[in-house]
Amino acid sequence: MAFATRLVNREVILDKCSPLFQEKNRAAFDKLWQLLKPPVREVVIGSGDRAKKVGGKLVMYRHEFTYVNPTVIAIDVTDDMDEDTFKSRVKGVDGFTYIYIGRNLSLDMVAIRSITNDPQRFGAAVKRFAEMTNLPAILCSFNPEVIENGLMIIGKNRPLIYAASKENWKEMADLAIMYHCPLAVFAPNDLELLKSLTRTLLEYGVEDLVLDPGTFPGEGLSDTLNNFTMIRRLACVDEDPLLGFPLLGVPLTAWIGYQGQPDIGTWHETWLASMLLVRYADALIMHSLDGWSQLPLTILRENIYTDPRKPVAVEPGLRTFGSPGESSPLLFTSNFALTYYTVASDLESAKVDCYLLVIDTEGLSVESAVAGRKLTADKVSEAIKEYKVAEKVKHKKLIIPGRAARLSGELEEITGLEIMVGPMDSSGIVKFVSEKWSPQTTA
Amino acid sequence: MGQEDKGRDESKLTFNKYLIELLGKLSEIELDDVELNIGDLEISLQPSVLFTMAQLPATKPAIPERVKPTQLLTAEFKIPVAKYLSQITEVQIGNTKTQGGTRGKPIIIGGEKVPPYYLFEAITPHKPVIALDVFDIAPSLASAMKAPFKDVLGDPAEWAKKAVEKYGAEMINLHLTSTDPLIKDTSPQEAAKTVERVLQAVDVPLSIGGCGDKDKDLAVFSKVAEAGEGERLLFNSVTLDMDVKAMGEMIRKHGHTVLAFTSMDMAHARELNRKLYDTGVPKESIVIDTTTAALGYGLDYAFSIMERTRLAGLMGDPDLQHPLGSGTTNAWAAREAWLKMAPEWGPRELRGPIWETVTAVTLLLAGVDYFMMMHPAAVKTVKDIIDNLLGNHKASPEKITDWVSVRI
Repeated sequence: MAFATRLVNREVILDKCSPLFQEKNRAAFDKLWQLLKPPVREVVIGSGDRAKKVGGKLVMYRHEFTYVNPTVIAIDVTDDMDEDTFKSRVKGVDGFTYIYIGRNLSLDMVAIRSITNDPQRFGAAVKRFAEMTNLPAILCSFNPEVIENGLMIIGKNRPLIYAASKENWKEMADLAIMYHCPLAVFAPNDLELLKSLTRTLLEYGVEDLVLDPGTFPGEGLSDTLNNFTMIRRLACVDEDPLLGFPLLGVPLTAWIGYQGQPDIGTWHETWLASMLLVRYADALIMHSLDGWSQLPLTILRENIYTDPRKPVAVEPGLRTFGSPGESSPLLFTSNFALTYYTVASDLESAKVDCYLLVIDTEGLSVESAVAGRKLTADKVSEAIKEYKVAEKVKHKKLIIPGRAARLSGELEEITGLEIMVGPMDSSGIVKFVSEKWSPQTTA
Repeated sequence: MGQEDKGRDESKLTFNKYLIELLGKLSEIELDDVELNIGDLEISLQPSVLFTMAQLPATKPAIPERVKPTQLLTAEFKIPVAKYLSQITEVQIGNTKTQGGTRGKPIIIGGEKVPPYYLFEAITPHKPVIALDVFDIAPSLASAMKAPFKDVLGDPAEWAKKAVEKYGAEMINLHLTSTDPLIKDTSPQEAAKTVERVLQAVDVPLSIGGCGDKDKDLAVFSKVAEAGEGERLLFNSVTLDMDVKAMGEMIRKHGHTVLAFTSMDMAHARELNRKLYDTGVPKESIVIDTTTAALGYGLDYAFSIMERTRLAGLMGDPDLQHPLGSGTTNAWAAREAWLKMAPEWGPRELRGPIWETVTAVTLLLAGVDYFMMMHPAAVKTVKDIIDNLLGNHKASPEKITDWVSVRI
């Protein structure tokens, strides 16, 4: 029973139920699988420990159930790039990392585009890529001969083949079957064609499909969003078997018309990618590797794919940094995980010996908590008592966040402490403490 | 989410029961077996999804020899249209001369009948509107935010003018920050004069923000409401811990509108709206703001609360059928928006505005009708996006069919 509950809550996967894999339980397995299989097929791209699952979505709205399989971001290289550019871009994808709330944000794939339409050139590019990394790849060309040359090199690593179209679907399907690779289907702004293609390809024997209904920047934005939204609704609500596949967005199209204008291209690509990330894209192909583009995007992805049922909060309580004594500074902050980790990392990196009181603000940041009355003078005063601050420090001073300055008067009255209004951002704490802190009260 | 939710819950219930029965029938699954598994189950960090059954041993059905199609098979596509039970209320902000005010043209927001930008179901009746923030004293803000306005800081009338004339503000969101007893404690009379000056400087509708001190705000708002009667101002904001009755009566009496601000809690949003209805504020005078958190700093909650609020309104929740407002400038509370970081993260002059833009477009998709923003680049981008979305344009497939071989 416990297992069943966890199964329904998607905390465990069906594979964990070994008896089901016996032949006599075959019918039960099939029934369960029909019940549990997500309305959007889960497709694996790549192999080994860097393989990524895409799709597998259960719901349209993230408040219904935590979104699974965060949107993968692929960055492009081309078969006409000079070696240095090519290598530095692949390295850039491979090495991208940013620590956010204790998690490592990264980029997922490389999309290798054939600009030359020359199978040899493409093969050489794929070879260069394969020698550098085991990141999953997306092989992009509408020419089956070009794709085949790429597959001969990394076909066993399950790259995503991009793409089958109205013209080439048969040749692409043969390649997908021969190499056991997932296949993208491209039908720009034509959902009837898209469905016709998926129907045909399913009949043909290709099941791991990824759908690209076209990403149209500028004036095509409404059609782009309409198509993504309709497909996802038809998959999740109507359980249309021909549309229950992961969706691929190509924000790279935002560059068309802005070639040679990197800041503008990157700017448009970034907001377009963020809209697609919110509206159902399971994978994105992008050009910009700039930190100011990928940082907001990877953070947005992290936000959209967190569990909406629980706030990202840390335990309230009194924390120590360094080796504080009875005359070390006392500060407080909210228990919103991001606020806490930001403050904590600033205190740690600056090696400040101090006490930090973490107040239960129900997972809200200091500013929002003050505005929403989740952080009040009473609450701070209660926390001071509850966590027995007086046993640790002998001075009568409290440094409060600059964004909680509003509370200072009331806090002084209630707690009897001298309130020092600290900086607006915790990056200023070090300077503040070194310049202003003394355990003696000024009064 | 009204009916839709109910439908879902019921299906989940039968789903659970059926599943449990089914598993119960498998004699092999005894307690021991489950217990044994728990250990490795607990360490599966992520609620994982079912893996495709590739590794299913021996049970894989023999694939019947299939007849492969030689031509493209056809399939029909039908636009999926759903039913919604109610419409979001339309709210007019600002009055023209003939309506008793002095604004060039009023703004109307709301009126949606379907979820945000489900344009295949229905048009979006009114474009979302962008107000630019203007402060009555020079604010302490990141330099990238202040730079475009550095010549007008401290002069709200000139600031508003620049925001409208140069940066295309469709409304001005005037913050009477100086009325804060902890800052300058500007009197309500003085504040009303500032409002008057801004009203004369620009002819777009105006929103009036307080200082966050509930008693002082009420005093200031009352004075401004009286002096600005006929202008149909938007008061920013009324909160649950204020004297809602006094606020509501003031709004009703002088014919203004109000932003009902709550902190990421739909129950509170309903409660505040009901209190406002009780004081006689017409539904057509209420915009709701369920709190905007910055990208990376709680945007996910802000997004889901807004999305749920909008869907609930459409599905018949009588207390949530209001246009949504967003203090999008809050995006700058993210340190990544303004902090000098290592060079690989790019100049903060770009990081800041893109932060505000991404925060805005995310919430645009949740249903925001009224944006309060700051940086001109973000404002311009979001305006263009809205125009493109709602301009009745068609995609041109030929522009992207060759994207694979495009040289960038």
